[in-house]
Amino acid sequence: MVELALPKNSRVQKGQHHPAPAGAKKVKTFKVYRYDPEGTENPRWDTYDVDVEACGPMVLDALIYIKNTMDPTLAFRRSCREGVCGSCAMNIGGRNTLACTHGWEEVPGQTCTISPLPHMPVIKDLVPDMTLFYAQYASIEPWLHTKTPEPQGEWLQTPADREKLDGLYECILCACCSTSCPSYWWNGDKYLGPAALLHAYRWLIDSRDEATGERLDDLEDPFKLYRCHTIMNCAQVCPKGLNPAKAIAEVKKMLVDRVV
Amino acid sequence: MTDFRTPRSRAQGLGAAGHGVSHWISERVSSVALIPLVLWGVFAVLRLARSDYDMAVAWLASPVNAVLLALLAVVSLMHMHSGMRVVVEDYIHRRITKAGLLLLNLFVCALFGALALFSILKVALSGGAY
Repeated sequence: MVELALPKNSRVQKGQHHPAPAGAKKVKTFKVYRYDPEGTENPRWDTYDVDVEACGPMVLDALIYIKNTMDPTLAFRRSCREGVCGSCAMNIGGRNTLACTHGWEEVPGQTCTISPLPHMPVIKDLVPDMTLFYAQYASIEPWLHTKTPEPQGEWLQTPADREKLDGLYECILCACCSTSCPSYWWNGDKYLGPAALLHAYRWLIDSRDEATGERLDDLEDPFKLYRCHTIMNCAQVCPKGLNPAKAIAEVKKMLVDRVV
Repeated sequence: MTDFRTPRSRAQGLGAAGHGVSHWISERVSSVALIPLVLWGVFAVLRLARSDYDMAVAWLASPVNAVLLALLAVVSLMHMHSGMRVVVEDYIHRRITKAGLLLLNLFVCALFGALALFSILKVALSGGAY
């Protein structure tokens, strides 16, 4: 839904300030979005003065430092801490990225603002509800569809055909792209979003897949696919350096190839 | 909050409409057509700016000029219609408002297209006598 202002119960208030421990030499302020689903209060911005010499170089290190030493109530997702799981995707300094691969020194200024992925329902603090995002991914049926009887061994593919999957299979479904896309903000209930569409293309150009036509049928829709207006935020924010916008353009070209 | 629909069902919605390519192609085709048409249109307006009424009527009576002007009017209004339609679909979510604006868009574009076409034909065919 297009909403120019936040609803009353979502307006972010000023929150608490947590000063740096005595004797801290180098301090960076982290302004973090806090929301407690069990309370009745609006979300708030809490600020934490982090002694950055005592923590690691990444924003995730600073968040873990905050949780361990300053405020155990802070909630966020993290797992691999090396950019392969996609759990710690959040908006850091106004840009969606992974907290584990983004250094706090890369955020200019004294304050580093951290909020959940934009335009997603918030479960708690920096934890968004990803249910619909994952369901949209599942809806493109991200597995091999075949009609030919299964071969004895594996389904074969030439190295050249395998290369077509490069730049697509690396996606870790962190949702940085989809939640940075204004089209996904306004029509996220109907538009599949860059992440799901990149995966759709990954199966469309897989030489082993035998459901290309059905897959294209499922995408040919003014909303599911054509809400992509080549805004390109997806390609700009992808922490893995992928280009979902290009994948979507390729899907559009395949649909044209069918009729022209 | 109680909603027992599964996430997969919500994601699939009403399914794929099965159209969209033709709209996408017509957007690109009209854009390409408008490049020469608009360049010609600018050139024509600059030339007509220096002529008087009779010269302008004579200019429009030429089949090439009349046809190109009619095409410019029709193609640009079709292009405007499909562009505005996407804007409405993007931003308007209330069903009644959306339907109203889509109708308004269509009617305004059709009206201006018909008016332009009729006016061009009238001048071109009658030599400007009214």
